Amino acid sequence: MSKSNFSRRGVLKTGAIAGAGLALPTYLRADAHTGFTNAPGDSEVILGFNVPQTGPYADEGLDELRAYQLAVEHLNGGGDGGMLNTFSSKELDGTGILGREVKYVTGDTQTKSDAARASARSMIEKDGAIMITGGSSSGVAVAVQALCQEAGVIFMAGLTHSNDTTGKDKRANGFRHFFNSYMSGAALAPVLAANYGTDRKAYHLTADYNWGYTTEEAVKSSTEALGWETVSAVKTPLTQTDFSSYIAPVLNSGADVLVLNHYGGNMVNSLTNAVQFGLRDAEVNGKNFEIIVPLYSRLMAKGAGANVKGIFGSTNWHWSLQDEGSKAFVQSFGTKYGFPPSQAAHTTYVQTLLYADAVTRAGSFNPCAVAEALEGFEFDGLGNGKTLYRADDHQCFKDVLVVKGKENPENEFDLLEIVEVTPVDQVTYEPDHPQFAGGSLGTCNPGA
Amino acid sequence: MDQIILQILNGLDKGSAYALIALGLTLIFGTLGVVNFAHGALFMMGAFCAVTVSKLLTLSHQVVDETRTDFLGNPMQVNVPYVYDWFGENFGNALIDWAVPVSILFAIPIMIAIGFIMERGLIKHFYKRPHADQILVTFGLAIVMQEIIKYFYGANPIPTPAPDVFRGSFDFGVAFGFDPNAIIYPYWRLVYFFFSVTVIGGVFAFLQFTTFGMVVRAGMADRETVGLLGINIDKRFTVMFGIAAAVAGLAGVMYVPINPPNYHMGMDFLVLSFVVVVVGGMGSLPGAVAAGFLLGILESFASMGAVIEVLPGINQIIIYLVAIIILLTRPRGLMGRKGVMEE
Repeated sequence: MSKSNFSRRGVLKTGAIAGAGLALPTYLRADAHTGFTNAPGDSEVILGFNVPQTGPYADEGLDELRAYQLAVEHLNGGGDGGMLNTFSSKELDGTGILGREVKYVTGDTQTKSDAARASARSMIEKDGAIMITGGSSSGVAVAVQALCQEAGVIFMAGLTHSNDTTGKDKRANGFRHFFNSYMSGAALAPVLAANYGTDRKAYHLTADYNWGYTTEEAVKSSTEALGWETVSAVKTPLTQTDFSSYIAPVLNSGADVLVLNHYGGNMVNSLTNAVQFGLRDAEVNGKNFEIIVPLYSRLMAKGAGANVKGIFGSTNWHWSLQDEGSKAFVQSFGTKYGFPPSQAAHTTYVQTLLYADAVTRAGSFNPCAVAEALEGFEFDGLGNGKTLYRADDHQCFKDVLVVKGKENPENEFDLLEIVEVTPVDQVTYEPDHPQFAGGSLGTCNPGA
Repeated sequence: MDQIILQILNGLDKGSAYALIALGLTLIFGTLGVVNFAHGALFMMGAFCAVTVSKLLTLSHQVVDETRTDFLGNPMQVNVPYVYDWFGENFGNALIDWAVPVSILFAIPIMIAIGFIMERGLIKHFYKRPHADQILVTFGLAIVMQEIIKYFYGANPIPTPAPDVFRGSFDFGVAFGFDPNAIIYPYWRLVYFFFSVTVIGGVFAFLQFTTFGMVVRAGMADRETVGLLGINIDKRFTVMFGIAAAVAGLAGVMYVPINPPNYHMGMDFLVLSFVVVVVGGMGSLPGAVAAGFLLGILESFASMGAVIEVLPGINQIIIYLVAIIILLTRPRGLMGRKGVMEE
């Protein structure tokens, strides 16, 4: 008869020690314990898409959301892969990010800074989002970027055009792919000079908030450098709906160009009012009166209808571009949703891919490692030609499109035509340029 | 001088919209005693009646055009409006071009019906409740109406132009001896002004010269006595609610060529219209109309570059500043009646 030395207590103790020993490498490897906010587990990673789902920019926000969903599908190996096939970096292979399936949560910014911060905070604290991205307004972008800096997560900005996002309000955890006011001015001015001459008098109507100021300053300085004179610059309330009383004095001001530093509903209404008041048909100083809209959005241009015809502006990207990246994206998006993507959809799709690629190259979700991978990163194949994520300010530098409202659109999406692709060198500026002065990136914050 | 005339003209069309909305507001307040915060939403619903008619007239079937391709490179699907098939291309085009004026016929019964449903279905339950309750429920209703419109039409503005013949602008400068371009004014804004004056005149004539109007005016003055005479004043007031809704709706229909409508446009006008009613005097119809035009013109003058240079920001506060001054000097407003909102 033999007697076993195993006791119940002994088995339990041994099992517990063995289990702990086996789990230790996983424990040490797990990013959850490497000292940064919301490190993902082994199976999935959560991204936070913070877009306006209600409010005046809801249509633009929903287009951004469509692009995010498409990006997630492509990152997880679904669909036709879209721009993964044309992206110059070949790190992404359709198996998620670092082997984790990509999941997402969404928030509604309502195009209000406080609501946007609340939804971003909720996604970070409750849902465990490792990265926040989105937005259709510079005010919102600046507010959420600051929150992400404090929380220790990466912020990949969506549609934000104010110089301040990567100027005086830049943050080490924030990155912007979209172009900015300075770039619009620098790209537009030579085209305007070529089409309208260098002896022009401009009248600016400017939305009375952060983005309006930087756009007015950029267009003024670029056009004045070419010989234009600025006759007047009038601030208009953001809540203004009827601009007739601002438009009416323009023809008597001596100006022969009206620059509408307006976006969204403001742009639709001010442009409509300007055309109603016969500005397009007027002749001043012996020249045809002209109107300029520095920042165009196809979704917004649709609201202004036929009034956009022949009017110059700039845009970050347009679905009619014929490079391989743009064609792949339009094909994917158009097949899935039945209409071409907007520039807002493009920039958010690209930002998602760029984040995923940076994580993969860094081999870590640590925000500081990701930021390091993005800083100075040069890439191609994402629709804007060769692009640099500049380390000094986390701003992407790429070609800028100058567009014009199309005279004879062939369909409801065919509203803008590209008149020039302004080379990146022409829109590049020094990091300490006066229009971007006053801020500092600070240091990356990995959070917890 | 030309700038002054121009800003007066500007103020008149802006004031027209304020006056029409404020007229309906004060009509409802004067008859039913209800502070209707959904009145801006009725203006917006009217605008979307025009959008709906425009969309109905351009309802199309698709024909494949093999010679053209769409954005994905597939053969182009070309939309052919049904009105082309039914009435021929020329008449069909004319019908589409005149969608906004045609919408008036569609909007009147629709807006009266909406007014009836609102009043009978919801607002009548709040007659004896405090004004704060009425404001809350009607404000909630306005948000519901907004969201319904946004669900069906999206958040972006929808261009709905005026008929071709009314596009462009009239050079008053040349007509009245000023320099060319000195006083340019869009045709459709002139149409809007004359349309508003006609509607306002119609409402006043209805109240002044019809038996129905006489009873309503009597009811506004002393509801109980009219009731004691065996007249069902509630029924008449319900009709007035429908008429007020139709007036707001018509203001919205004709406004869409001025600014492309969106679901939020009612809210943009609502607060200003309430200020107009308060300045004009709660319950006073002529006061609402006069204050509408007055504040419209003042707002235009305050937006002039020369004025903003001297008083920065005046364009954003002028209406509220005037309201404060009027209420301090004439607490009942310009033409307010004694006893209204004073209990």
